[in-house]
Amino acid sequence: MSANLSAVAYIGATILFILSLGGLSNPETARRGNLYGIVGMTIAVLATVLGPRVTAAGIPWIVGAMVVGGAIGLFAAKKVQMTQMPELVALMHSLVGLAACLVGFASYIDTSIVFTGAEKAIHEFEIYIGIYIGAITFSGSIIAFGKLSGKIGGKPMLLPARHLLNGIGALVVIYYGYAFLQAPSIETGMTPLIIMTVIGLLFGIHMVMAIGGADMPVVVSMLNSYSGWAAAATGFMLSNDLLIVTGALVGSSGAILSYIMCRAMNRNFISVIAGGFGTGDSAKPSAGGAVPAGEVTAVSAQETAELLKESKNVIIVPGYGMAVAQAQHTVYEITTLLREKGVNVRFGIHPVAGRMPGHMNVLLAEAKVPYDIVLEMDELNDDFPDTDVAIVIGANDIVNPAAEDDPTSPIAGMPVLQVWKAKTSIVMKRSMASGYAGVDNPLFYKDNNRMLFGDAKKMLDEVLAALKG
Amino acid sequence: MALQIGVPRETFPGEKRVATVPEVVEKLVKLGFSVAVESGAGDAANCADDTYRAAGAEIVADAVTLWGKSDIVFKVRPPSLAEVALMKTGGTLVGFVWPAQNPDLMQALTAKQATVLAIDCLPRMLSRAQKMDALTSMAGISGYRAVIEAANAFGRFFAGQITAAGKVPPAKVFIAGAGVAGLAAIGTAAGLGAIVRANDTRAEVADQVKSMGGEFVKVDYEEEGSGGGGYAKVMSEGFQAAQRAMYAQQAREVDIIITTALIPGKPAPRLITAEMVRSMKPGSVIVDMAAEQGGNCELTEPGQAVVKHGVTIVGYTDLPSRLAKQSSTLYATNLFRLTEELVKTKSADPAAGTFVPNFEDDAIRGLTVLRQGELTWPAPAPNLPAPPPPKPAAVPAEKKSAHGHGAGAPMSGGTLATIFGIGAVLFWLVGAYAPASFLSHFTVFVLACFVGYMVIWNVTPALHTPLMSVTNAISSIICVGALVQIAPPASGAERPDGWILGLAVFALALTAINMFGGFAVTRRMLAMFRK
Repeated sequence: MSANLSAVAYIGATILFILSLGGLSNPETARRGNLYGIVGMTIAVLATVLGPRVTAAGIPWIVGAMVVGGAIGLFAAKKVQMTQMPELVALMHSLVGLAACLVGFASYIDTSIVFTGAEKAIHEFEIYIGIYIGAITFSGSIIAFGKLSGKIGGKPMLLPARHLLNGIGALVVIYYGYAFLQAPSIETGMTPLIIMTVIGLLFGIHMVMAIGGADMPVVVSMLNSYSGWAAAATGFMLSNDLLIVTGALVGSSGAILSYIMCRAMNRNFISVIAGGFGTGDSAKPSAGGAVPAGEVTAVSAQETAELLKESKNVIIVPGYGMAVAQAQHTVYEITTLLREKGVNVRFGIHPVAGRMPGHMNVLLAEAKVPYDIVLEMDELNDDFPDTDVAIVIGANDIVNPAAEDDPTSPIAGMPVLQVWKAKTSIVMKRSMASGYAGVDNPLFYKDNNRMLFGDAKKMLDEVLAALKG
Repeated sequence: MALQIGVPRETFPGEKRVATVPEVVEKLVKLGFSVAVESGAGDAANCADDTYRAAGAEIVADAVTLWGKSDIVFKVRPPSLAEVALMKTGGTLVGFVWPAQNPDLMQALTAKQATVLAIDCLPRMLSRAQKMDALTSMAGISGYRAVIEAANAFGRFFAGQITAAGKVPPAKVFIAGAGVAGLAAIGTAAGLGAIVRANDTRAEVADQVKSMGGEFVKVDYEEEGSGGGGYAKVMSEGFQAAQRAMYAQQAREVDIIITTALIPGKPAPRLITAEMVRSMKPGSVIVDMAAEQGGNCELTEPGQAVVKHGVTIVGYTDLPSRLAKQSSTLYATNLFRLTEELVKTKSADPAAGTFVPNFEDDAIRGLTVLRQGELTWPAPAPNLPAPPPPKPAAVPAEKKSAHGHGAGAPMSGGTLATIFGIGAVLFWLVGAYAPASFLSHFTVFVLACFVGYMVIWNVTPALHTPLMSVTNAISSIICVGALVQIAPPASGAERPDGWILGLAVFALALTAINMFGGFAVTRRMLAMFRK
């Protein structure tokens, strides 16, 4: 295949990737979108392998690596549970980061293509940046994986003077970048490159360690963005437009997701990345404005079932607690039962519910809940006054009225689901502990709120039994 | 010694209610009180002495003994002066008192050093107080009974029917005032099958009227009629003229009018004139629930049902008492909830036998009109949970933009100019220093970012997780970088083949995991989304 032919194939692949992302605008077209992505990727790989830059000597290696990697990938995709999606995605980001680093190093030690003058400087600069982003993505994603899978505690780890440490790291990276560009030979350039890589790795670890569990949706989408930028940087380094375009698509996709997540929490991106949310110092009730007063009314699963039976409109608001308890299937059964009785059951999903964007939608889809009754916050927030019962399953901050009423609250201004406007709201929780933001929730003390204490799965099973009985 | 609660027989002529019922006596005893009931107190409400006794109450033969031994007296109607004379000095009275209307009674109670909790002075806007709100429970009963009285006096069915004997048109009922009583009346009349219309000066109750099965009739005039505390206020002359016109029209059309309009502390507004009564069809019925305060209808005679111009005008003032069992039960429960609150706030300690209203509590503060002979009425406005502060209009507007193209509000001109400025400088730098080969890549990069931006904003939030996994799979395009390094055509220049091959093959394997895994898991997820 000639160079021109593979260039044309690359254009085709690019278009398919854009169509693939465009297809996700609704669930009907999404499946086809995924197919476009697969076709695009196949075209891109084949065009490269058959193109002028790969000789026959490499084919066995390529096939071997693809078969081994592909088998692992398919196995993981088959085995993973839907509640573990955030972990899997984080882990996969780390692979892209690592691959970007490796390709960067390989490109640097490759002497077969010789650049001079400004082109050489730019090429090396691209390598430097590409490896740096790759390193941050790699280590950051590994930590995010650890946090999401519970192998590392969710609490933010805050080193003293952490901003200073980051600042020094950045300065060192810039200094060695200069040294790297000035290096006369590959051997002398290697030292600054490796030092920079280590700092990049440390920076990635430090950055994600400092971020609390509730901010994970932002982190995951940010790492998604980074993996894209790493691909784009590699594209610059290898003068490959396909990599640049695809990397830019993925990068801007992740950036927009991060932006959406930040807006859903009414926080700005910098403060999330700077970390430290949900820690002791910002969460003291004294700093958190008024301490809600009043009594908490507990109900039993039996009473909950009675309430549900008598209602016409029900909205279910799931949160991370539902994912942890694996309660989505029971939720589905309750939903089916109520819908058979003519109850209008809908789901209200907050953009940051769960640990990654769209986490709740995937879980409910897994449990076969039809997606047309799963609605976004803005679509049904106005309907709460007409709702008889709003059930909150393992969510806290996203239904906290303090975000609207109490300007001194740490989560003030965050858009929330107004469950308290329903005639009755039922909150399922294991205890009275506050959410990840560490803010007490005045919802629990409202007159029309009831608390159903216990493990979400167990409680929902009891509700289901009571509904059937 | 345990605090003694006494329940005397109501002495007001025709009053059938009683301040507590056997079911509630049991609960009061459980709280630690001892309860005494005057013999025959509950007879008219179908509560025999024996049932009280079985519930744990002591039956006292006469009023004198009962009043004399009770620390706390539960009453329905305000006590007569003769009853106050029987009261224990320093005792407590709980019941309807209407301190504004009964200055003599207040004076007599003051002389007795009495503590008086007037259930009619309850701060109704406290949501915590709703369970003790006897005005509401009595009003609900009155509304129901008003419809029953109307049905009794009305010579036809309420529901329309087509029978072998001919067609019956449904009755048309108009209800003036949609407070608790009005809403209860709407629900009852609609339940009987009538066509129900209702009006209220407070426009915000329109939805409540609809929810009860009525149709809200608007007055053709713009004015806000909410007078605070959930009551109506006196309206302007222009509004009243428009309202009169509307009532006159309704009077000509409907068969039954039920009026519930009351303004606190003022005589009832005259809504139905003699002229309107004359315009009604013969056999029509008016039930005037405001008869005690002078009546909403000009021709009402309080306490009587009279026929004028062929229209029956019912002016009973004892509607709750006509449903004695029901109103006694609800009233007794209201008083029990109040007693519970008293114990909870440590106002009453049944074991120690002490009773001092705890003024820290807004509800109890509002109820207490006399504290050991000291006038504590009217109570200062309770610290209501402040109505939610009007939120800046920008907040909801901002929320609406969560999904769609770009940010909701357009950026301010200044920010935009700054962004363009910075962009211009950056582009100038790139243009001035970068070599031509970089520029073409740079163009592609910038345009791709924009395409990504436009495409991603269209992605529905429900698919954010598949979006992430598919972009993740696509970002394994980085494998192309590894592929071209594995075995490039010989260029003549020397290169460390072994190292590069190793790095590239490893990178390729990693991206392959990602590529296959990412697409496969996306497929799996998307297959689950179904309608």
